Amino acid sequence: MEITEEALNSERLQAAARFKAFMMKNSTKTNLNLYDHLVRLLTKVMDERPENAVDVIEDMSRELKGSILQEKQDTLRDSPSSSAALLLAEQQKALFTRAAGDEGDHEEDLVESPLPNVAELAFFFEQAGVGLGREEMHRVFLALKQLVDSQCLLRCRFWGKIFGTHSNYLVAEGEFREGEGEEEEGTEQTHEDEEREEEPEEDKDETELVEAADPPPKSTYKPPPPVPKEENHTGVNKYTYFVCQEPGMPWVRLPMVTPAQITVARQIRRFFTGRLDAPVVSYPPFPGNETNYLRAQIARISAGTHVSPLGFYQFGEDEGEDDGLRDSYEENPNFEGINVNEMAESLNLWVHHVQHILTQGRCVWVNVTKKSADDVDEDAEDEEREEESDEPEPEVGPPLLTPLSEDSKINDTLPWSTMISSNLIPQFSIAVLRSNLWPGAYAYASGRKFGNIYIGWGMKYIGEAYTPTILPPPQNEYPSGPEITEALDPSVEEEQALKAALEEQTAALEETEDLEEDEEEDD
Amino acid sequence: MDSESLHYSLDLAAGNGLTLSSEQRAALQTSLVILKRNYKFSRVLFWGKILGIKCDYFIAQGVEDDEMKNKKSLYSLNCMDWHLLPPATESMIADVALAAQGRFTGDPSHEYEHTETRIKGEGDDATEEEVTVKVNEASRLATAVSNIDKDASVVPRGAFTKSPSGKVQTNRSFGGLDPIEAAKLRNYLHFREPVNLKKKSILEMSHLNPAIDFLDPLSEDNPKGGKTPSPLSRRARGEQVHLDASNSG
Repeated sequence: MEITEEALNSERLQAAARFKAFMMKNSTKTNLNLYDHLVRLLTKVMDERPENAVDVIEDMSRELKGSILQEKQDTLRDSPSSSAALLLAEQQKALFTRAAGDEGDHEEDLVESPLPNVAELAFFFEQAGVGLGREEMHRVFLALKQLVDSQCLLRCRFWGKIFGTHSNYLVAEGEFREGEGEEEEGTEQTHEDEEREEEPEEDKDETELVEAADPPPKSTYKPPPPVPKEENHTGVNKYTYFVCQEPGMPWVRLPMVTPAQITVARQIRRFFTGRLDAPVVSYPPFPGNETNYLRAQIARISAGTHVSPLGFYQFGEDEGEDDGLRDSYEENPNFEGINVNEMAESLNLWVHHVQHILTQGRCVWVNVTKKSADDVDEDAEDEEREEESDEPEPEVGPPLLTPLSEDSKINDTLPWSTMISSNLIPQFSIAVLRSNLWPGAYAYASGRKFGNIYIGWGMKYIGEAYTPTILPPPQNEYPSGPEITEALDPSVEEEQALKAALEEQTAALEETEDLEEDEEEDD
Repeated sequence: MDSESLHYSLDLAAGNGLTLSSEQRAALQTSLVILKRNYKFSRVLFWGKILGIKCDYFIAQGVEDDEMKNKKSLYSLNCMDWHLLPPATESMIADVALAAQGRFTGDPSHEYEHTETRIKGEGDDATEEEVTVKVNEASRLATAVSNIDKDASVVPRGAFTKSPSGKVQTNRSFGGLDPIEAAKLRNYLHFREPVNLKKKSILEMSHLNPAIDFLDPLSEDNPKGGKTPSPLSRRARGEQVHLDASNSG
């Protein structure tokens, strides 16, 4: 009996051991085994002692299985890509750092810095509903400070923003002290001359032989002499302009503008692309690339829309008596602001303080037909002296500091719209002027302060849809006259008819002659 | 721009040079909420500003359930009192195109006139008739708003969904476009009745998701190259932004 009990026990133990081994076998799918799972499950039930354990046991078992899963770290990681916003932010970070060496200069900065108070400008223009948003204006402020630190300007101003199809331009206007700020001009022109010299050399060998035998007629066409450009610091080139694409990028200085560029800019209409070296392809052909076109438009906008309250600027007293030639002004220290309501009502109280650009493209007229002694033969001189009697008349524009009421209308639209910034609180509001001729040009005045800004596409309002200039018709090669006009040769029938008619005439003549002779003989 | 997010989104659209003064912003916030209640709109959007010679017009639009149908436009001269604009019909658009030239004057009752002499009848019975077309400035405003919406109202892809019943609604699970996706023109759609969509072949339409791509993408516009998204000034959210200086004429 004992043996069988022992045998039974050992059998049971063996069976238990086998079953345990079975339970500990890892599942092929999940690499878990039943034995460990049950151990964990029962330990959990022991620890937590849930109510109605038998009802929740399946959920607990499922949760336990789920919690065993561990997240594996991916061996692939996202490499941080630098987006365009990040690149710009890094460039603009430099705006916010003080340059070394600024530490001891606090007093100087506070007293006479050429830096304009852009924050004040931004505040006043925001009252008028114009502006670039506070953050961007502040960045512009810091960028102007960078400009002022790098160039020694006498005065600096934020001129405005010009939009382009790919990127925009921020424009700053600066005035150098007398004598400073000359740039190297020779490089541009010499490149052009070099190119021209290279090309004809290649063709010369072939055509030389032909030409020596039968020289082609030389053209007697002399292109009209180019209008000389104005000197630095005077007229159109009174201020120097710097542009950059975004605040934080380096400022690029724009070259001086020539009258030819202004006259062509008046005839074409183009969006800016935002790249300074883009070519300007147009008819009439524009002499220059986008840099020059930008400078020409800036000059036109400044001349047309920079205004100030009457009395803010006055002519210096030692200017002399010439009315037409005043080109400089100074601030009037006795200027007391004009009432805002009056400023918003009438245009008489605003004046232009930038010289008008004449049709010639300059501010001061120059007689171009005066020839220098080199080009002229003696014979030609005599002829030309006769022609010079109808000299072109000097062009005159409205003098400096003319009020806006003298501006011409376009298509019955007033050239300026005036408004007051707030109807509800008129005592603290500002007078705002908006140009209808150059959409995007604004001016404000409040008490003793005023400001001008341009934010726009750089195009004038022409009042009707723009049609590009048509090319001139091709020139006539020869004057048409009766000697060279072709006519049909007469046909045989016509010739014979003519011959018959002639014979009749001669026959008739002979008869009359015979008759006359007979008559004479009779006499 | 949704009236609820107007005060902080306005700065994002200011790169074009026009913003609103603080007084106008405050007035807008107050009056748009009242407007929403009065007209029972589900969303009120500040559309923008049209400049006139004497006064500027502020335009708002309200939508009810369906975002594309029954959009009502309202105008105001002082951001407080809003007046409903008439809906722009084809005949109104044709009349305005004939009669209205030059700038907006700023006076909503201003009438534009255009007289034409037309010859009616044939042969000997021909009589000359003077046809005068008169257009109100309010109608001109309505047509301007509708034309600008047709051409320039742009939303990012995925911001609006079309339910199978045809209702267009904002997509609440739209989280903005990826920076890389935001630089591509085809992820921006015109928010108007689609013109090109029906002409597409079945092969092209297989790529499209009918719930999201029910509008024309910008990349199919002519002239090509007319629009370039600049990644810094554009924030891709589900908002329509127009701050417009309209110089029609």
